[in-house]
Amino acid sequence: MEQKRFHSVRLEGEKCRGCTNCLKRCPTEAIRVRGGRAHIISERCIDCGECIRVCSYHAKVAVTDPLSSISGFKYKIALPAPSLYGQFHDLKSISQVLNGLKQMGFDEVFEVARGADVVSRAIRERLKNPDLPRPVISSACPAIVRLIQVRFPDLLDHIVDVRQPMEVAAMIAKREFARTRGVKEEEIGCFFITPCPAKVTAIRRPIGHNKSAVDGAISVLEIYGLLSSQIRNAPVDLTLETASDLGVGWARSGGECFAVSPDNSMSVDGIENCIHVLEEIEDNRLRGLEFFEGAACTGGCVGGPLNFENNYVARSNIRRLASRDPNADLNVPNGMMTKYQLYDDMRILPNSAMKLDDDLVEAMRKMERIETIYRELPGFDCGSCGSPTCRTFAEDVVQGVATKMDCIHMMKEQLRVMAQQMVDLAKTSRE
Amino acid sequence: MAVLLEKSFPVEAGAYTTAGEASTTIKRTLKQLGISADVLRHVSVACYEVELNLVIHSLGGTLTLLVDPEKVTLISKDVGPGIPDIDKAMTEGFSTASAEARTLGFGAGMGLPNMKRNATEFDIQSEVGVGTTITMSFALA
Repeated sequence: MEQKRFHSVRLEGEKCRGCTNCLKRCPTEAIRVRGGRAHIISERCIDCGECIRVCSYHAKVAVTDPLSSISGFKYKIALPAPSLYGQFHDLKSISQVLNGLKQMGFDEVFEVARGADVVSRAIRERLKNPDLPRPVISSACPAIVRLIQVRFPDLLDHIVDVRQPMEVAAMIAKREFARTRGVKEEEIGCFFITPCPAKVTAIRRPIGHNKSAVDGAISVLEIYGLLSSQIRNAPVDLTLETASDLGVGWARSGGECFAVSPDNSMSVDGIENCIHVLEEIEDNRLRGLEFFEGAACTGGCVGGPLNFENNYVARSNIRRLASRDPNADLNVPNGMMTKYQLYDDMRILPNSAMKLDDDLVEAMRKMERIETIYRELPGFDCGSCGSPTCRTFAEDVVQGVATKMDCIHMMKEQLRVMAQQMVDLAKTSRE
Repeated sequence: MAVLLEKSFPVEAGAYTTAGEASTTIKRTLKQLGISADVLRHVSVACYEVELNLVIHSLGGTLTLLVDPEKVTLISKDVGPGIPDIDKAMTEGFSTASAEARTLGFGAGMGLPNMKRNATEFDIQSEVGVGTTITMSFALA
């Protein structure tokens, strides 16, 4: 059996009413309603946070680290996601956010957008290799990478082996802080200010490498109130803004494509849209496409479920903040490309959670039984049985986790037949 | 080895709105069976090409998926019009796609060559006025 995996996305059982909102929206069919409450199938969950967004009862939550957790380290560095800058309306300068974070108790702030600068350069280098399967797929959104593991295993070797900006930022931040302050790297804690649960999971359970350089993840929502009040009296200091406009632009969908700037790239946001395009890539319909950037959230990271601000507002804030320099290019200081471990050292393996059985013959037998059951079902995809569609319900019956009478329509039919039988029986006994 | 799984999908001529649906279902089925990524890659490309051929060129037909422990087989069988010169049809860059299909980005003349390239075994039989049958198999081991 698969080991119990860490997931940031969780269910608070007592708040759940057992409705079908999350059930219908989960892109990997990882939710079932059983006994009047939703359950998440751990092996299938990709931590995209769609269920958090759609739950009317706020029963779906993301587990993140509290701000107080930074006290576990002697030295604390904040790693703000570029999308954090989009949360504040009348920001004069990004440096206000950076200074605001320092006032909150961090010893240092290192922009993840700087990590994005380095990552963009690394991807540009990778794209020079004609032997990589095209299109090369961005590794930035962990929910998309996990989606590919679950639903598109044949596209795994398209994913670029460059680490995420937050990882690169953490590595650089730790080393630079340790050197300038003369302290040990082990004494430094790097905390990502996260817009999404997928990044939290990526820190605890990295993809493509064994251990994350990031020590914790604090949600934007957790610090929003405190940071807003700090920003009001935070000084502007342009020398603190070291990330390029291109790096900051990663906050919104299309920013990575723009920074990597291959001739033919495509950025897609929203997980359903990503699924459609990945299907097309799989069918080799998008010939000539060099680079694909997929973001699970609408608008990109500014649309993350742990943000405070509406994603469209945040997106336009980012657009303004990332247009400081009309001739912006990546800011990658000398030596960055060789000094740090920018590349993954482990292959990304398929997630076989959708597989019916490890044995092919047995899987085929199950498939036959699924087809037979599916044909008996009404095809309403109503979700009343607790499975998202009639097809998944048929799968659940065959896998032994549901019974046919969980379908209220089949149950009604069964009752009708039984009622008729009773009437017939009553008639015969009278005669 | 006996065929253990068979699924058929009717494909309508000119139905661009639903084109690709059979391929999507076939891919989903193969993924649930746990077919390896390498085989999946080849089946995906060939399957979409053959489905699109039914939509663009045929008068309608059926796409059938067969799976046995040794291989995946795709059979496309249509009711016409049939291909007058198969050698020519197999040539890269040759296409008889309509102006309508070309405006939708099809008609590069790579369909049949792509199918042949991706399948382990490829067979095409055609008779003008009767129809075309394409059989492709993909070895699992």
